[in-house]
Amino acid sequence: MSGVTLNSVRKTYPNGAEAIRGVDMQINSGELIVFVGPSGCGKSTLLRMVAGLESISDGQIKIGDRVINDVSPSERDVAMVFQNYALYPHMSVRGNMSYGLKNRKMPKDEIERRVNEAAAMLKIDQFLDRQPNQLSGGQRQRVAMGRAIVRNPQVFLFDEPLSNLDAKLRVQMRIEIKKLQRRMDVTSIYVTHDQTEAMTLADRLAVINEGRIEQMGAPMELYSDPKTLFVASFIGAPQINLLPVRYDGTQLSNGSLAFTGFADLPQDTDLVLGVRPDMLRHDPEGQFELRVDLVEQHGGENLVYGALLGARDAEGDDLEICLKGPQDLLPEMETVLRLGFDPSAAFVFRKDTGERLL
Amino acid sequence: MKRVQFEHSPIPYLFIAPQIIIIVIFFLWPAAQAIYQSFLLEDAFGLSSQFVWFRNYTDTIFSDAWLQAAGFTLVFSALVTFLSLALALLLAVKANEVIQGASTYKTLLMWAYAIAPPVAGLMGNLMFNPLIGDLYAFMNTIGFDFDHKLDSVDAGFVVVLISVWKQVSVNFIFFLSGLQGIPKSVTEAATMDCKSSFRRFWTITFPLLAPTTFFLMVINITYAFFETFGIIDTTTQGAPGGATNTLVYKVFQDGFRGADIGGSSAQSVVLMVMVLALTVIQFRFIEKKVHY
Amino acid sequence: MTRPGITTHLILICGAIFMTLPVWVAFATSTHAPETILREGLQILPGGHFFETYKEVLFVEGGVMKKVTATTMMKNSMILGIGFAVGKVIISMLAAYAIVYFRFRLAVPLFWIIFMTLLLPLEVRIIPSYEVVAGMGLLDTYTGLIVPLIASATGTFFFRQFFRSVPDELLEAARLDGASAWGFFIDILVPLSKTMIAAILIIMFVVGWNQYLWPLIMTTKEENYTLVIGIKQIYQVLSEGGELPQFQKAFALTILATLPPVLVVLIFQNWFVKGLVESEK
Repeated sequence: MSGVTLNSVRKTYPNGAEAIRGVDMQINSGELIVFVGPSGCGKSTLLRMVAGLESISDGQIKIGDRVINDVSPSERDVAMVFQNYALYPHMSVRGNMSYGLKNRKMPKDEIERRVNEAAAMLKIDQFLDRQPNQLSGGQRQRVAMGRAIVRNPQVFLFDEPLSNLDAKLRVQMRIEIKKLQRRMDVTSIYVTHDQTEAMTLADRLAVINEGRIEQMGAPMELYSDPKTLFVASFIGAPQINLLPVRYDGTQLSNGSLAFTGFADLPQDTDLVLGVRPDMLRHDPEGQFELRVDLVEQHGGENLVYGALLGARDAEGDDLEICLKGPQDLLPEMETVLRLGFDPSAAFVFRKDTGERLL
Repeated sequence: MKRVQFEHSPIPYLFIAPQIIIIVIFFLWPAAQAIYQSFLLEDAFGLSSQFVWFRNYTDTIFSDAWLQAAGFTLVFSALVTFLSLALALLLAVKANEVIQGASTYKTLLMWAYAIAPPVAGLMGNLMFNPLIGDLYAFMNTIGFDFDHKLDSVDAGFVVVLISVWKQVSVNFIFFLSGLQGIPKSVTEAATMDCKSSFRRFWTITFPLLAPTTFFLMVINITYAFFETFGIIDTTTQGAPGGATNTLVYKVFQDGFRGADIGGSSAQSVVLMVMVLALTVIQFRFIEKKVHY
Repeated sequence: MTRPGITTHLILICGAIFMTLPVWVAFATSTHAPETILREGLQILPGGHFFETYKEVLFVEGGVMKKVTATTMMKNSMILGIGFAVGKVIISMLAAYAIVYFRFRLAVPLFWIIFMTLLLPLEVRIIPSYEVVAGMGLLDTYTGLIVPLIASATGTFFFRQFFRSVPDELLEAARLDGASAWGFFIDILVPLSKTMIAAILIIMFVVGWNQYLWPLIMTTKEENYTLVIGIKQIYQVLSEGGELPQFQKAFALTILATLPPVLVVLIFQNWFVKGLVESEK
């Protein structure tokens, strides 16, 4: 097994558009890395560059010690699972799984052995002679994984493999992928735009935005110690509450609201105060008030949405915020809740650069 | 365009070569020849030729025979296009309404697609044969002084009838598939909004069929111009006196029967221009259709 | 939806009769003796001379033409129909594959060259085409008959359209699986196109079988006639007038020329309709 190294990797299209603007990354052997980011951020492009489906404009990609910039996709020793599975519709499951091995001129009995082994591991052995259109979505997904596994590659690449499945199956497959990856101990790169999937799967996450890595680290590290406004707002569900504020030397203020307990902040620029919904608490002594618009009951917890009284968002409208509370927190609509939070658990960002200050 | 393609290599040239070679030898070269020859005047034995600029064009195109053929082609194309489209549309609308026997009707109405124009022409010719043809007798019985060998209108009638008969099936197939492509919910909404089925057809169904109709118009005009060659050659052969000559048939006659290479080539070039115009119209329309 | 009324069925029945009756009459008349036809005209009911007429047309030398039988002409028509269809599918699939799946310098000009064939139907270049084929010594050969007909844009456009609808990921997966350009074509693309190929083969068989103008000027010897051209010849024989015009043979020949393409269309009706409607998009 070997890791993957990216050195100042860039992708510029012939029309001048920059998809990847210099990415450095060290993926350790056996690690599962998740690329996460909004659509169009370049995460899929980066994955496809590792696969060899997109050319590399500048920089270097190495698998182990081998530079693979100019190696054809089939010789990079990588396997990929596609979003829409990309199964060959006219071949049986067995045919799909063995096609790549046949092209490698592998002996028949070895192909047979590998296909059977992978099929047993994925519990698709009873479908081996079926056509893809006779399978359910989840089964097709397994075949797509099987096709990758039989290759016994150095690196697995997953391009949003679960986004075509329904919610329940998605969770189930997510767990299986994680278990399988642990068991096979193969270096893996997994692309998704779903932050829950990213958080639960990853050994380490790379949050990608506009062709750059915003931050890379373990899921909880990114959650509790985001380096930028973008990472803070992308990671975590429900999303972090963001309040445009300014600092006057003693407190942060928005309209008639003021938050104390902050120090050493610049006074000449717009700031953003970020408080995660689970950091807010119902507190009769709290610093501000929420007028309740909606309560979502999720079973174990309740999400209370409402307007923050006295505050305005950048457009001058009511500022909607969210509070995560226990299941017995069930305020009536239009009632006013008094809230508070611990200033040390809140984040403060510069609005212009997105850099985190506190 | 595919996201990923195979990169530069000689392989695509190998794949595309057979088609390109055939096109260059059998399409482009002859077409260039036709254009070249249209500027030449050959002597009677084809031994020498001289460059005469546009004389072939002026000679043929302003000749009575060519103008007559052009006139006939125009009327003929208009009639064939209109009649075969109208008939096919009527049948397609009706066939789309029925449930019982729908597939039988469909089969019976479309199968004539497989019949070659010259075969249809010969069949029609035999039906109008003065010796045995009941259609010939019938036309005379109902009071026409019918003789398609002598009367140019009667000859035109025969050619149009056979050409329409041959073309109905293609139009029927396209109209029916166009009708079946109209979402059922639209038809149902129309039924609730408008009581008269006749009005419903003209205000809802027909406009929705407009793309199909336009496309078929181009197809039918092309058919009337070119593919009816086989029908004319097996029925009137342009008789009487060139009255049923289409432009294409005249190119063939002048070139092969009359051995007037220059004149025939000039006519070919004029036809090329007409096809070009038709194609441009068709493609401009298709581009519009994309924005629907 | 209201039940369709009696008029609907009436219109459809009239249409069906209009489309079918002429061919039926041709068949019925072909089974009568020439004397009967000459005396009574066209026939609506079959007569008793079916085997006699068709045997003579199909197998007896001099039965319809001077030398050849309808069997020979049918063989020629078959070769033209099948050769045309198969040749066209192969040539246009290869070209469409190059255009859709490869980046190459001359892609655009070559595409336009293929497109130009739409502007140049045979009819506008008959004489020089004839001269080219004659110059290559291909008159009266199957090669000369078939090859000039198989390169047109329609088939290429059809497959281009279809290939573009094939998901990109299939090529990507195949490349990761180590498929070569030829391997992807043969292992993935051709099997995926099976239905499309069948539909095009059917349509093109009919189109090829029904070719008229090109075979007419290409073939000078009787033994190379196709049925569709043979039709023309027997008509000429008829109008020259012999002792007793053999109308039944003329009708029999039209039936024989009609039968194979009609059967193909009827048997593969669904594929045929699909292919026809798709190809014109």
